[in-house]
Amino acid sequence: MNKVVRLAVASALCAAALPSWAAVTLTVASFPDLDRDVKTAIPLYKKLHPDVEIKLVSRERVDHVNALTTQLASSSGLPDVMGLEIGFVGRFIASGGLEDLSKAPYNAGQLQSQITGYSWAQAKGANGDVYALPVDIGPGTMFYRKDLLDKAGVTEADLTKSWETYIAAGKKIKAATGAYLVASPVDLKDIYIRSNLKNGEGIYFDKSGKPIIAGNPRFENAFKYAKEAQDAGIAGNIKQWSNEWAAGFQHDQIATQAMGAWLNGHLAHWLAPDQGGKWRSCNLPAGAFASWGGSFYAIPAKSTHKAEAYEFVKFLAANREQQIAAFKTLDAFPSLKAAQDDPSMSEPLPYLGGQKAREMWRDAAKHVPEIPINKNDGVAEDIINDQLDQVVHQGKDIKAALADAQADVERRARR
Amino acid sequence: MESVLSPAASSTAPRRRKRFQSWKWAPYIFISPFVIIFAIFGAFPLIFSATLSFAQWDPAAGFGAIKWIQLDNYKFVLTDRWFWKSLGNTVYIALASGLPQHLVAIPFAAFLSTLLRGRNIVLGAYFLPFITSSVAISLIFSSLFSKDFGAINAILMSLHDHLPLIGQLLPDHKVDWLQNTEMVKPTVSFVVFWRYVGWNTVLYLAAMQTIPEDLYEAATLDGASITRQFWHITLPMIRPMMFFAVSLTLINNLQLFEEPFILLGDNGGTGQAAMTTAMYMYRTAFYFSDFGTACAISWVMFVIIAVLSYGNNRLFKLAGGED
Repeated sequence: MNKVVRLAVASALCAAALPSWAAVTLTVASFPDLDRDVKTAIPLYKKLHPDVEIKLVSRERVDHVNALTTQLASSSGLPDVMGLEIGFVGRFIASGGLEDLSKAPYNAGQLQSQITGYSWAQAKGANGDVYALPVDIGPGTMFYRKDLLDKAGVTEADLTKSWETYIAAGKKIKAATGAYLVASPVDLKDIYIRSNLKNGEGIYFDKSGKPIIAGNPRFENAFKYAKEAQDAGIAGNIKQWSNEWAAGFQHDQIATQAMGAWLNGHLAHWLAPDQGGKWRSCNLPAGAFASWGGSFYAIPAKSTHKAEAYEFVKFLAANREQQIAAFKTLDAFPSLKAAQDDPSMSEPLPYLGGQKAREMWRDAAKHVPEIPINKNDGVAEDIINDQLDQVVHQGKDIKAALADAQADVERRARR
Repeated sequence: MESVLSPAASSTAPRRRKRFQSWKWAPYIFISPFVIIFAIFGAFPLIFSATLSFAQWDPAAGFGAIKWIQLDNYKFVLTDRWFWKSLGNTVYIALASGLPQHLVAIPFAAFLSTLLRGRNIVLGAYFLPFITSSVAISLIFSSLFSKDFGAINAILMSLHDHLPLIGQLLPDHKVDWLQNTEMVKPTVSFVVFWRYVGWNTVLYLAAMQTIPEDLYEAATLDGASITRQFWHITLPMIRPMMFFAVSLTLINNLQLFEEPFILLGDNGGTGQAAMTTAMYMYRTAFYFSDFGTACAISWVMFVIIAVLSYGNNRLFKLAGGED
């Protein structure tokens, strides 16, 4: 009896002592679906670093952003590693609350050549230093309904050749099948303003942070085509990620959708799971290359385990095995170039009727220009959408609308 | 007091003084939980937001980044197109949902007060939306109002096809309730109206039940019709409750947030047609990371609501002739 008690006490002591041997617990804050790549990483990372515990804190996207904002504001409760996405990475970098990874001991610059160029550029601050490491990218592509195109006698070349043929194809599709070419004029505008950018040129702001909207042919044409599509009745009024959007796909009402390559996973899993084999993917019209989305991991400057945190972030971003594992679970296109050579890239995709689309997306990713992000991109997008609505639905003059947009963006960005 | 504190007092003084002290402090200790909680969650945010409205601050940059800019935020807000647009939206929705609430609730409450049976069941049914989560309500309505697959359009379409005469007055195409700039505000107003009409009915019914029965009896003896009784007895007697209910509607509607936020997303739908001021404030703070301006918006809103409430107060007093 006595022996048993002693044994129990001894083993309890051992158990209590164990966590202090496992030196570090890293807290990783992320959001769905990006948190799935951390879940994938934990067992793989455990093999390399058995002494590091990873604790994942996952919140809904909006809550995640608000929680990080509050934590940075008060410098309390901060995670060691934070998942960021293209929509808000710029804001957090600009805030100055993130650790500069280009300096020693991290020297993240060494990784630059291994990672897709444009996503690397997005992780840089205005001063050119690196504040986050990219973990996935969203090469832009055009998804289209082959069955609807066939019915209307339209070919893939009609979609990709030029913007004129794309819109002409839309009219034929509408006449033959009743389906919209694009879910909304906003979608058409969004493809156009992302295309034909040069390296170093932002979507809304130039290098010095000045808005480049008024008198810019990129915006003028985007608005022109959007209005043309609306007037021709080939653009619906359907907002992305709404119930209507999913229903539009399921009921054959949307013939094409330009988006990041990752939309394939969303289409196959929940947006239109019953339409496997009917969809295909092609490049954007008129030889355009663009990027949609992309995710990053960063370390707050106030983290207490920066060295270990960087090891983990580096693992997420630059470990080939992890990048491929994340690609397979998440459909998030790997940002690590070495992972893009994986044989799974050449697998036919059943949802796209056996098309080997990933090879095309990989090539597209190589062509995407380096587009710096500005912390005011979100504001500018809101302002542009507001003006587009006035042009498309209220007949406002395009030049006047863009001049107003420029003034509004300048006024707000100055703050 | 003085005699207690003076050392020349009787030998019992020290003991009495001690007891006196604890009596003195006990009430404060008993109410301190409220005061402490109010100070942390009520007073502090209030003072902090008032202070921030004079500063420029991106919260992600930490407290060190607070920069004082005096009245710039207020200047920005008062000359901001989106602020005025959102205020216009808010006032539109407040009126379009608020007026019908009362115009329906008062006669309805009068009708209910004449019911002897089943009144509570009917009242409960109308009150139910008020206590239901606004997120659940908005989600249900967003599927009801769906353009191609919503029940409302399906019913309208079949009425148009099958109902003789009146059917022709109904639209012959599916109405885009939630995406069409012109339809968005009426749609949101309807949801808000539907949600609060029961609450107002309960308020008015409660007021009507306090009206002495003999007033009606006397009026009936004098030959006053039911309508006359309603105009000359019921309405004047529920005036204090009308003031209360209208004030509540005014305050709540001007702070409207959840219904349009869930129905239309955080930017207020196509062309920001239903972006209320509260939504714009939220977006300025959490989407544009501009907490200073957001605080200024909230204080401008406070002033507007205060002025309107005062106006409402005066209006009811004038209508009553005195008070």
